[in-house]
Amino acid sequence: MDNQGLKASSDIWVFAEQKNKRLAGVVYELLAPGRRLSDKLGGSLASVLIGYDVSDLAEELLACGVDVVYKVDAPPLAHYNSWLYPRILEKLVKENPPNSLLIGATYAGMSLAPALAARLGVGCSAHCVNLDVDDHGNLLQYVPGFGGSLMAIIISPYSRPQIATIKQGVFTKTESKPGIKKGMIREVAFEFTGPIPVKVLEIKQEKHAGMPLEKAKVVVAGGAGVGSKEGWAKIEELAALMGGAVGATRPAVDEGWAKESQMIGQSGKTVRPELYIGVGISGDIQHTVGIQDAQKIVAINNNPKAPIFKMADYGIVGDYKEIVPLLIEAIAQEKN
Amino acid sequence: MKPLHIIVCVKPVPDFRSPVEFDQKTKTVKRGNVATVINPLDKNALEAALQLKESFGGKVTALSMAPPFAESVLREVLAFGADEAFLLSDPAFAGSDTLATAYVLAQGVKKIRDFDLVITGAASTDGNTAQVGPQVAEHLGLPHASFVTQVKRHSEHSLELTLKTEEGTILAEIDLPALITVSREINEPRTLGLFGIAAAAAKPLHILGSSDLEVDPERVGEKGSPTRIADIREVSFARKSELHEGTPEAISLLVKKFREWGVI
Repeated sequence: MDNQGLKASSDIWVFAEQKNKRLAGVVYELLAPGRRLSDKLGGSLASVLIGYDVSDLAEELLACGVDVVYKVDAPPLAHYNSWLYPRILEKLVKENPPNSLLIGATYAGMSLAPALAARLGVGCSAHCVNLDVDDHGNLLQYVPGFGGSLMAIIISPYSRPQIATIKQGVFTKTESKPGIKKGMIREVAFEFTGPIPVKVLEIKQEKHAGMPLEKAKVVVAGGAGVGSKEGWAKIEELAALMGGAVGATRPAVDEGWAKESQMIGQSGKTVRPELYIGVGISGDIQHTVGIQDAQKIVAINNNPKAPIFKMADYGIVGDYKEIVPLLIEAIAQEKN
Repeated sequence: MKPLHIIVCVKPVPDFRSPVEFDQKTKTVKRGNVATVINPLDKNALEAALQLKESFGGKVTALSMAPPFAESVLREVLAFGADEAFLLSDPAFAGSDTLATAYVLAQGVKKIRDFDLVITGAASTDGNTAQVGPQVAEHLGLPHASFVTQVKRHSEHSLELTLKTEEGTILAEIDLPALITVSREINEPRTLGLFGIAAAAAKPLHILGSSDLEVDPERVGEKGSPTRIADIREVSFARKSELHEGTPEAISLLVKKFREWGVI
């Protein structure tokens, strides 16, 4: 592919997703890596804020140390719109192309990033868990995948800007300090005319029942090796006994044993519990990338060669159908 | 209301039950000896299309970009109830990243023509980027909505959609023609029936290459793919990796550790 991209600056942009007058959590997570990359490139850190009545959020971004906030503020932009947002960003990017644009891998981000990349004809990676830049200004995008314990480093050497979506929960949040403000806000007019074929009719908040996975002290997770809905009940029993939450791998969700909201890993959640217990989980990196920061990892699997044992503090080789009931009994006794 | 012509994009993926092998030399996933199945979320996409057809009449056309061996997967899609299938297959398409894949699929959609809606699974189990759907939409100039959990006909020329968000859902309206990507929650895909399997054999399945489509050779395959895999690294873990046989002793030792770690 010839260099079809734009002539880029050394700046890093972070997309400042907002909902209900608040910045999405992942925005705070992207500011530190954004700053690290822009420092390395010798550029500045900018943020793109699209919404309605979001002046406070622009100030908040400045208080987090952002150099420039591009703010597009208009009533039709109150909520993420898959027709308008990619078009607005495309225009902004073409006027002042950054080296890279970092977007949180939220539902909105996963719609915006690929759409924008297609409009610009540039490369886009998904669910990055780490970022760096090389001497040529290439963004090194670390994406777990391909089974086992392999990490792929994706680059887009011939196209600019580089676009990456970053998995939520990977980087530490930057805290705002109103005193440090030194950047500036650039108001950008919203000049879109023409029909808008996608309309938001209503936003519905849902209360999630049960312990949120990300906040649980103990997470017991099951994988394909659990084998059945009946077996899954044992996972739930162990989690309940330990006052923990139940997590799952993608295959377990695909089998219908667990809900999508329980999925841990590359396209699911990142957990940092005090204890993680993996049952019938081989340890594919697509899952383990979401548990590597657990304080303690215990694995139960019948295959002694399962990769999960390599990252576990304590592993038990055997049939979980025998081991989990024994474990439940032993914990119940210990508690008495 | 007028009948709908729906195009469903389907990706043949390696069965997750078979081990994935990686070729260090070519830095690609070895697909040779792995069973190929319909990407699970694309089954939900197909089911959504079939249900819309059952309500409003019309036609369901399946579309896939894959090597020729994927013909069996498309035959299965026809057995589920699709009316016609197109397999876009050409050595020139090999090595396509999401942008190039989406371009080829978009050219396939243009070839099929006269459609009202394109549906695809929100993500595939192998690449898992969730990018191809929105990118096909952009190549076609269509509006898109991702991670749809419910679809209803809103009017002659629009759909009412429920979309997933981190906090709950969004109710949205999208004008046709449009592209939507669906989540698992949207439906329970039907099972394959003997009648469907028998009927599939007689349904049209077309295999098209570069010369049958209007594709710019600069925009397909590795040439048309802006992303590259620069390196593959083995991830190492600094943990103790104490391994025990599943004996009662190992279990009591574990419970002791739970105490030590303060988790019980």
